Amino acid sequence: MSSNKSVLITGGTVVNASGEVLADVMIDQGVVQEVGPNIATKYAAESEGGPQRIDATSCVITSAFVDLHTHLREPGREESETIETGSRAAVLGGYGAVVAMPNTEPAQDSVAVVEFVRMQGERAGLVDVVPSACITVNRAGLQLSPFHSLAQNGVTLYTDDGNGVQDPVIMRRAMEYAKELNLTLMQHCEVSRLTEGAVMHEGCCSSHLGLPGWPSIAEVLMLQRDLELVRETGAKMHFLHLSTARSVELIRQAKNEGLPVTAEVTPHHFSLTDEKLTGFNTVFKVNPPLRTMEDVEALRTGMQDGTIDAIATDHAPHAAHLKDQDLLAAPPGMLGLQSALGVALKYSGCSVQRVIDLMSWAPARIAGLTARQGNAVAAGNIANLVVFNPTAEWEQSLEQIVSKSHNTPYLGLPLQGQVQCVVRDGKVILEAGVITK
Amino acid sequence: MKHLLSMDDLSLGELQQLLSLADEMSEIQKRSQPKVPALRHKTVASLFFEDSTRTRLSFETAAKRLSADTMTFSAASSSVNKGESLRDTVETLSAMGVDAFVVRHKTAGLPLAMTQWTDAHIVNAGDGAHQHPTQALLDAFTLTRALEMGNSLAGVRIAMVGDIRHSRVARSTVRAFVLLGAQVTLVAPASLLPPSLIYSNATHTSHEWPVSISHHLDEVLGEVDVVYLLRMQHERMNAAFISSVGEYALHFGLTPKRMAKLPHNFKLMHPGPMNHGVEIGVDPALVPGSLITQQVTNGVSIRMAVLLSLLGPAATSEMTKEERNV
Amino acid sequence: MTNTEKAATVLTSSDVQRAIRRIAHEIIEHVASVAGSSSSPEKIAIMGLQHGGVWLAEAIHSNIVEIEPNTPVVLGSIDVSMYRDDIGLRPTLEVATSHVPCSLDGVLVVLVDDVLFTGRTVRAALDALIEFGRPRAVRLAVMVDRGHRELPIRPDFVGKNLPTHVSDEVLVQMSGVEVFPGAHA
Repeated sequence: MSSNKSVLITGGTVVNASGEVLADVMIDQGVVQEVGPNIATKYAAESEGGPQRIDATSCVITSAFVDLHTHLREPGREESETIETGSRAAVLGGYGAVVAMPNTEPAQDSVAVVEFVRMQGERAGLVDVVPSACITVNRAGLQLSPFHSLAQNGVTLYTDDGNGVQDPVIMRRAMEYAKELNLTLMQHCEVSRLTEGAVMHEGCCSSHLGLPGWPSIAEVLMLQRDLELVRETGAKMHFLHLSTARSVELIRQAKNEGLPVTAEVTPHHFSLTDEKLTGFNTVFKVNPPLRTMEDVEALRTGMQDGTIDAIATDHAPHAAHLKDQDLLAAPPGMLGLQSALGVALKYSGCSVQRVIDLMSWAPARIAGLTARQGNAVAAGNIANLVVFNPTAEWEQSLEQIVSKSHNTPYLGLPLQGQVQCVVRDGKVILEAGVITK
Repeated sequence: MKHLLSMDDLSLGELQQLLSLADEMSEIQKRSQPKVPALRHKTVASLFFEDSTRTRLSFETAAKRLSADTMTFSAASSSVNKGESLRDTVETLSAMGVDAFVVRHKTAGLPLAMTQWTDAHIVNAGDGAHQHPTQALLDAFTLTRALEMGNSLAGVRIAMVGDIRHSRVARSTVRAFVLLGAQVTLVAPASLLPPSLIYSNATHTSHEWPVSISHHLDEVLGEVDVVYLLRMQHERMNAAFISSVGEYALHFGLTPKRMAKLPHNFKLMHPGPMNHGVEIGVDPALVPGSLITQQVTNGVSIRMAVLLSLLGPAATSEMTKEERNV
Repeated sequence: MTNTEKAATVLTSSDVQRAIRRIAHEIIEHVASVAGSSSSPEKIAIMGLQHGGVWLAEAIHSNIVEIEPNTPVVLGSIDVSMYRDDIGLRPTLEVATSHVPCSLDGVLVVLVDDVLFTGRTVRAALDALIEFGRPRAVRLAVMVDRGHRELPIRPDFVGKNLPTHVSDEVLVQMSGVEVFPGAHA
């Protein structure tokens, strides 16, 4: 495969925010050249020097996905994942860019570490790896990160994810900086004092099993606090992995009042419930936890009516020996990159176009990546695309997983929607399950 | 029955069978030579990740009465804490030729996980705050025999007092009592009840608790046949579950004054060990209805019945004619 | 499996009652011959093996008391389930309680079972018995000896010797003895 070949995607349906159309897509020199029905006939066959052809029959063609929330584990926890293996998982999931969470070791609270992550991402060369930075040094919640230096280095997203910022003084200061430098803060809403020792959602199931739980109020209280701080400071806030019905209500209200907030949900939070923990399988331990059907339905409604802006995976690989411990000792988190589309189309209750908005257009805007990602498939736009079959039914198996870890909750569960091809800067890097660089 | 992990897994029939079997085991215990060769080629290993001399010895005695060989692994301070995975530990021990594991761990779920790691039978001796099935069985055995009601507790009114929220004994024993037909009332301050019983904001509830609730012990005393006390752990003060041990004792402890309000033939139970002056303010030796010592004795009989039920019967359900005729 | 239509009745209920009577006489005779004319007759414990031998032991005991009212004879039962050599091979446990009316030290114990087959149950009963004392001697009374012994055990008092095929089933009740032919038939 010549690296400078042009690419012709035929027989699929191009879906943009403006609408959808059955069309072929011609790509050359990293850019979409032409979109229209039956343009394939204009070009020679591949064997005769024509463009590389991708058959997109029954498939959707759209901008590649953008994940606002991925844990790549490098530097520091390479036994669970590396930037390279995480990038591979992302490509297989149809992603063109991922925001790398900063809870690495050392944490992404300095220009040096941020640069390292960015560089490793470029070296892997499979997706745009966009490092976020911590709000506080080492995510300890005590000292602010060097916002000016990081902003100058191009970091626009800041979070202490893994923990919420407990101290309201620190949070208020961070918001003042965010407003000044036009940064976006991302909050993991959890009042830690309410969740000590927790292993699952606090509710009927945890009461039956005698397990300490994360109560919904721990998320809601911090969300309420931060919404008031946003109202006061005017800083932009993005709320990570919201998991409760009440959280969705609060966001809906906040948006009605015009507050500059956005929100994401993870696939596992709108497809699985706390009942999964009755088998004590640590694969289902995640923070925030799987909650009740009532919460699941509220998240789905929130995605459908626009209250929720984005689906983000919170891809959290943990090596087998870490998950192979008791529920208290095992770290929380699940894989997500390879299954996200399959879960979204199966369980969100949203149309294909809405799912693409949740997985590509909105996250690209929130992360400030619209120069390269989340653009319409149209002549003149950069060609970072995904081709997927929206009706294909499939199940995840261990052999398909390219992450170093295998903590996926979806083994044997029905998924719908399968990625067929990914185009990066005009070149096909994924076709028929095989990644080529 | 391959494993005993949780009281939720036992049907009423299976529960009653175990109780009847325990009668026979009691008879063996009363002999001058309380030992039978029934499990003589079997090995029973205690795997205790949480300290408990009483329960461990009770199981080991039960195994020995049945002539099984025993092994003990107190993993409280072993390599498991230093990073060797639980799974490696279990698989290593299993390879040494263990027929049954008796497991206790401070977090729920290990016994269930172990059923995937080994072919041996698993007996849950307490996992976190989840279940302690042999305690429930010996409680049911003790009470049914004391009340001479056969294998039933129909209509018996039982008040269980104490830290229900963190108690595996509560979760298991309530199930056993309710299964046998008793009416159970949980008596505790709200903070010591399971969250699902005090926060009713969900539109649907799963895993119902078939019990009544009371926050006032004095209001319940006149109408119970059995008082079951749970141990109040001092650690509970740290997470603000109770104001102080003294405050708890004042309002929820069984004091002599409260004893006077109980029906004269009430029964008193406690899984042990007791915190004198906290949940119990009287000397049980002076309480005619105390079943506490019987609970301990019956612990061995019940555990013998459990080991026999697990290790006795064949794995297959086919029986040759010879086996039927002999 | 068995063909219940072809079951053969080998003993009627009056046959069974007569056999019980005869066994009772034989036991009394045996005790008398051992004791000699001078000394007092020794104590006899008729011990039925749970569960099949219990009714038979009761019947033998009441016959002995009827025939010779002054005989020092007591009735009990032995549960052998804890002493079997095939625990872990059988799908279910049938456990019962032993009822031993007195110490068995120096006593003549007569073990009673309905059918003697491989002999393993009797071996287990001998082990169980030792828990309760040291008998002066142990004798064995059975209604039916059907052969196929796997251990060196022989009955002292027999209702009927009955050659059978290994796969047959033999049912012994107060109302009679029936043989259900097995797969060979």
